[in-house]
Amino acid sequence: MPDTAILLEVLVIVVKVSVICGILFGLPLPLTWLERKVAGHIQVRLGPWRVGPHGVLQPFADMVKLLIKEDIVPDRADKFLFKLAPLLSMIPAFLVFVAIPFGEKFAIPFIGNEITLYISDMNVGILYILAIGGLGIYGMILGGWASNSKYSLLGGLRSSAQMISYEVSMSFAAIGVVMLTDSLNLLEMVRSQSGSFLDWNIFYLPVGPVWFVIFMISALAEINRIPFDLPEDEGTLAAGFHTEYSGMRFSFFMLAEYVAMVTIAVLTVVMFLGGWNPPLDISIFHLVPPIFWFLGKVVLFIYFFMWLRFTLPRYRYDQLMAIGWKVLIPLSLVTILVTGLMKI
Amino acid sequence: MCLSAAAQYAPLWPLAVYFVAVVILVGAMLVLSHALGERRRGRLTSVPYESGVVGTGSARLHFDVKFYMVAMFFVIFDMEAVFVFAWAVSAREAGWAGYIEMFIFISILLAALFYLWRLGALEWGTSMKIRRKIEPL
Repeated sequence: MPDTAILLEVLVIVVKVSVICGILFGLPLPLTWLERKVAGHIQVRLGPWRVGPHGVLQPFADMVKLLIKEDIVPDRADKFLFKLAPLLSMIPAFLVFVAIPFGEKFAIPFIGNEITLYISDMNVGILYILAIGGLGIYGMILGGWASNSKYSLLGGLRSSAQMISYEVSMSFAAIGVVMLTDSLNLLEMVRSQSGSFLDWNIFYLPVGPVWFVIFMISALAEINRIPFDLPEDEGTLAAGFHTEYSGMRFSFFMLAEYVAMVTIAVLTVVMFLGGWNPPLDISIFHLVPPIFWFLGKVVLFIYFFMWLRFTLPRYRYDQLMAIGWKVLIPLSLVTILVTGLMKI
Repeated sequence: MCLSAAAQYAPLWPLAVYFVAVVILVGAMLVLSHALGERRRGRLTSVPYESGVVGTGSARLHFDVKFYMVAMFFVIFDMEAVFVFAWAVSAREAGWAGYIEMFIFISILLAALFYLWRLGALEWGTSMKIRRKIEPL
């Protein structure tokens, strides 16, 4: 019965798409709460507390507030680009998730069909992610320019220069991982790291740790998190490129940022920390479903980003560009040559 | 390796479904906020923010040529990254011949980077070195 098979396949895709959409649109809610709670406790205060127990309902209150805020478009702004920019920033951030695998195939208990834990298994997964993720820059620079405000213009320019600079070292770090695993496919990357934690790319001596550090630093700059959150340097630039945005359009930029943070955490786990492979190849660890290992590692990284944010000061702009162009890029070019030497 | 067109593009149609779903959700959020959002027009509602003072002049300013240069360097180095990707997947098959070619390629790239560095193209702000070059003491 080919018709039922096709129908089932379509159904599975629709379910997967809805689950991913649900996760991505819902995820910023707990993340904003967690971020403010972590901030509070690091700064020895309580954080959100009033709305619901321990303030857990705070993100919902924020959501309602953002929905009923006025959507202001400045008089002298380029109206079309101003309205387009948040979408250009948000949609690519969401599209990246198509290529990300969450686990191997597994059989559903009652139907007996095999289901894959990714929407699309592209054989150029890592290139797709870098390419689509890079499109988000258009949203920033167009938003900054179209607002016709000085803060926005300067913020947009700064952000785009920062992001394209670190895009280069991030691509080089991706090249390093591609060389270690011999594949552009994210599933293959995870498979090649199976075994104990010593088989993970981060422990691929001597180059693994170097690639990890290069990737981590450029990723922090790509997602505009402290210590590299120059685009939103409130001391000098108000809110940077999104100074003039309000209400829903503003929240699109915020959503894109949170989704990018999750993407980077997931990518780090897939590329360097063995994906859903347990840390030791012993039977008791295989009893835990692989997805829990995966999510555990991702949550660890998200917490790490938040921890950094409330611990480190911000770099100056010239320092930021110097780290990118004078340290990370030469270092990664040399490391490519060393990695190549090891692979032959 | 001669995949039929259908097999080749099979992994891509879920991507299209997902794209449409995201666009619909984003559109729904915009419509919802448009319907629920308050509208109150004051005299200064839609004046660009300038830290509370009345804005002066347009924001279509001339900006530093440095930003343009960074964009140029990005295009150059990211294009190189694409070439290196092609080698990276097949590093083992390409063997020593491939490695030596890549070694020369990356050396040229590094030489270009150091040249830019010496030229002061990677400096931001007026560091002492550049200032001395522009206005000899």
